[in-house]
Amino acid sequence: TLEACCSRAWTSCFNSTSIMAVEFEGGVVIGADSRTTTGAYIANRVTDKLTPIHERIFCCRSGSAADTQAIADAVTYQLGFHSIELDEAPLVQTAASLFREMCYRYREELMAGIIVAGWDPRRGGQVYTVPVGGMMTRQPVSVGGSGSSYIYGYVDSNYRAGMSKEECLKFTAEALTLAMERDGSSGGVVRLAVVSEQGVERQVILGNQLPKFSTV
Amino acid sequence: TVPVNGSEEGKIKAPKPMKTGTTIAGVVYKDGVVLGADTRATSEEVVADKMCAKIHYIAPNIYCCGAGTAADTEKTTDMLSSNLTIFSMNSGRNPRVVMAVNILQDMLFRYRGMIGAHLILGGVDCTGSHLYTVGPYGSMDKVPYLAMGSGKLPAMGILEDRFKGNMDLEEAKALVSDAIHAGIMSDLASGNNIDLCVITKEGVDYIRPHRESIYNYKRQAKYKYKPGTTPVLNKTVNQLELVHETVQMMETAGSS
Repeated sequence: TLEACCSRAWTSCFNSTSIMAVEFEGGVVIGADSRTTTGAYIANRVTDKLTPIHERIFCCRSGSAADTQAIADAVTYQLGFHSIELDEAPLVQTAASLFREMCYRYREELMAGIIVAGWDPRRGGQVYTVPVGGMMTRQPVSVGGSGSSYIYGYVDSNYRAGMSKEECLKFTAEALTLAMERDGSSGGVVRLAVVSEQGVERQVILGNQLPKFSTV
Repeated sequence: TVPVNGSEEGKIKAPKPMKTGTTIAGVVYKDGVVLGADTRATSEEVVADKMCAKIHYIAPNIYCCGAGTAADTEKTTDMLSSNLTIFSMNSGRNPRVVMAVNILQDMLFRYRGMIGAHLILGGVDCTGSHLYTVGPYGSMDKVPYLAMGSGKLPAMGILEDRFKGNMDLEEAKALVSDAIHAGIMSDLASGNNIDLCVITKEGVDYIRPHRESIYNYKRQAKYKYKPGTTPVLNKTVNQLELVHETVQMMETAGSS
């Protein structure tokens, strides 16, 4: 389906992507690689695929760059408006629903795989995945993009409920590194963010600082 | 193809739209932004314009390099410039680069890639110096250095090798100029001269051309023909007869 969807020439595509989000007690950890490709050319090797939608809600974008940027902009507006009307911080589920509405309604025209993650006072840290096609489901840990195929096994075997923030950061960094290692179309740096009641902490792990795995 | 005289012989092919087949580049340096472009516009295998201007004016502090279909980049940048001027007048504020980017993104996304404009926007506003690229489908990237167009691969090589943060003006100009030069040398569709545009808080220095091609062809002879070169074989005069004349007065501000 990657080739079928990418039949448009000159699409800046992040289908070549690895994105991930993990819930922990008190928040979420999200991560992404930093590569955007147009065909075989890397159009941007330091892309930021972790986009803020609201103060404590982020989305990880995979799929067509143009589509996901446009959707994220639209949802940011809608959620901001909703939040002002309510005079209250929006729920992560609301953000995810807005993404789902748009991705499902325009599913024929769009190519977007989005992971919505954030913290709200009512339910704490939550991760919702809205893959291509417009389904929405909540998961404690979610991976996406072309590089995700290579790390399902790693994620399924290494995820434990009740990990701390530091453990989640290490888990995400290692999973994304492994994905970037094997997926030719993911690479660059690993961008991480922790979203919690205290706010957002962002970090970047440069290429030479990524965790090392021996490949025999 | 257009059949001539309704017959199969003499079919004329409609000319292809002019593509800029270009090398454009931009770099953020200590005091602002340097944009560069080559000046060749091709229509298939013929050079349609040897001194094409690819760095378009958007606002006094924002310029845009365009690659892709020449007409699309021209019109898109014109429209963007008009919109920003109107905004400036309405709000009493100087336009910001990020606003130009948002307007472009909205428009290009709406047209679903049908507008073949690959743009590099650079400018200096109250928030600092910025360099953005906008693709034909409406995707946007914000980066400190960039090359686009058919010559972007060689240009990017030069930029990746020599870019440093906080360069001074001469270094930045040399870097952009060399990046475009690499594109010109390695890409058939890029060529001729190199234009540079330096944007700072103080103003804009549009250097056209910054570097001229050493292969400037000087015409060997004059191609003007003296009157009388073409023999006149026949002359027919048709007197047009004035049949009827009417005068209609118009209400204008100055009329009595």
